[in-house]
Amino acid sequence: MAMTITEKILARSAGKKVVRPGENLWLNVDTLMTHDVCGPPTIQIWKKEFGEKAKIWDKNKVVIFPDHYIFTADVHANRNVSILREFAKEYDLPNYFDVGTDRYKGVCHVALAEEGFNLPGTVLFGTDSHTCTSGAFGMFSTGVGNTDAAFILGTGKIWEKVPESMKFVFNGQMPEYLTAKDLILHILGDITTDGATYRAMEFDGSTIFSLSVDERMTLTNMAIEAGGMNGIIAADKVIIDYVKCRTKENFQLYYSDPDAKYHSIREYDTEKLVPVVAKPHSPDNRDAVRNVQGTKLTKCYIGSCTGGKLTDFEAAAKILIGQQVKVPTFIVPATTLVAKELEEVTYQGISIKEILEKAGCEIAQPSCAACLGGPADTVGRSVDYDVVISTTNRNFPGRMGSKKAGVYLASPLTVAASAVKGVITDPREFLR
Amino acid sequence: MEKIIKGKAFVLGDNIDTDQIIPAEHLVYSLSDPEESRKYGQYALSGTPLPEAGLPDGGVPFIKEGQNQTEYKIIIGGSNFGCGSSREHAPFALQKAGAEAVVAESYARIFYRNSVDGGFIIPLESMQKLNDKISTGDELEINLSTNNLTNKTTGKTYGLNALGDVLPIINAGGLFEYARTSGMLK
Repeated sequence: MAMTITEKILARSAGKKVVRPGENLWLNVDTLMTHDVCGPPTIQIWKKEFGEKAKIWDKNKVVIFPDHYIFTADVHANRNVSILREFAKEYDLPNYFDVGTDRYKGVCHVALAEEGFNLPGTVLFGTDSHTCTSGAFGMFSTGVGNTDAAFILGTGKIWEKVPESMKFVFNGQMPEYLTAKDLILHILGDITTDGATYRAMEFDGSTIFSLSVDERMTLTNMAIEAGGMNGIIAADKVIIDYVKCRTKENFQLYYSDPDAKYHSIREYDTEKLVPVVAKPHSPDNRDAVRNVQGTKLTKCYIGSCTGGKLTDFEAAAKILIGQQVKVPTFIVPATTLVAKELEEVTYQGISIKEILEKAGCEIAQPSCAACLGGPADTVGRSVDYDVVISTTNRNFPGRMGSKKAGVYLASPLTVAASAVKGVITDPREFLR
Repeated sequence: MEKIIKGKAFVLGDNIDTDQIIPAEHLVYSLSDPEESRKYGQYALSGTPLPEAGLPDGGVPFIKEGQNQTEYKIIIGGSNFGCGSSREHAPFALQKAGAEAVVAESYARIFYRNSVDGGFIIPLESMQKLNDKISTGDELEINLSTNNLTNKTTGKTYGLNALGDVLPIINAGGLFEYARTSGMLK
């Protein structure tokens, strides 16, 4: 029976030869990831439900990254990190990456990749909707809540319904003025925020396999913005080499059968696409940058799991080199590794960090920061009637702080061009 | 599970995301401490822009100033209710506020799972769009045996989709209770 890559991975995880969309399965989970917002309640549910004898099913498979509310004076937020720290200590967890130590990483989805936890063919659940990011590694990954995570923590198992798959094919060379963010915002505009609910989003085509690992993660990251259960890209040599540099774990490669059944297939000619934004207040509110050109801004923001990776800052640096930003512009590297790379990687002989600093950007410490608003003292948080352009993934009302603010989502190229002009600007004004 | 749920309607629009249900800044509070967790009731639906809260007129806060309990037991949404983040704090907040059910045309997957697996509130699917037919404050009655919703204020009855695969989990009161009753957990 022909199956998609998602169906094959779920079948393997459930110990079955064949699975079909709509079927409910009990899966054997390979990795469980949690963080400071959902980890503490997950631990509390696990302790309550399993009682005194609560056991972790496999502590090598539990990965905990404090990343959401890190650099804040908020006592409750800091208490949550303390709960994680004590839990990791009590159970001697090998994969806890504590704040204030040289083990601190930052944003979980990017750190999972960097630390070699993303393994093709495996099943990863995380207490975060953007857990779908890991699908860029040819694996099944999806978000769940605290109760489901507590169940996995104690049993290593969870139920899931096999999703139908939607295929998105991008062919052609990626123009210099586009990034993966433009591709996913194009899809969102086409299928809307519930266009993939309970479905897998599989990305394919020559453009996709020409993208860097970072850029592939930008695509799969935002599968959830269309309601997708998971986003997935089959692993190729780029992914295999990346993984092998980071772990000695074995992994298995899966590919969709040519005659596998899809809910739908959409094809895009990448060379014909234009830079786009998602206007307030929804990620599917797509428009061409040129149609909103000139919109006055009060803040620019480059950061998050989807928009704070090395390639995002490299893209911004291409435009910001030798320029000055006209509005406060915040740079939030997703992880400590990305922050280090900003110092090491150069463009035209100058480090990315220096380019960004000289342009007048404020560089913050790695964390989720203002992508999701956070405590009142969070760097870059929107206030009052702010008009923000951001490389993050959501612009629902209040997402970046203020309910009254308006957030435009865009590629790092578009955000950088807009930062220089102080108004929304098409990056093609800077790139020829 | 109670077969009948009665209460006043609180009507919202489409795409109510988890930041509108419980803004991220409030996720720092304990969900297990009985006193502290009341804050989730206090801030439930506080992220919804006021003009869009309590339709059709809007401007109706779900929770009155300084309180943590709502007078509305049944939330009527449109499509894609609960989209956005994975925070289980969202259905938890609605439960803490005193809501018992949401009726919407469709749900985002994680919110739906969290509502069911955590045993917080019952997520019901309406067969048609209802947030333009029901007004905030209308007296509703949901019958879970016949899968109907009756608007006592207007006298009209609407069909709901059967709960299907998740009914045993809802009947048990959540995933852990279901796993224990089915013998998966001791």
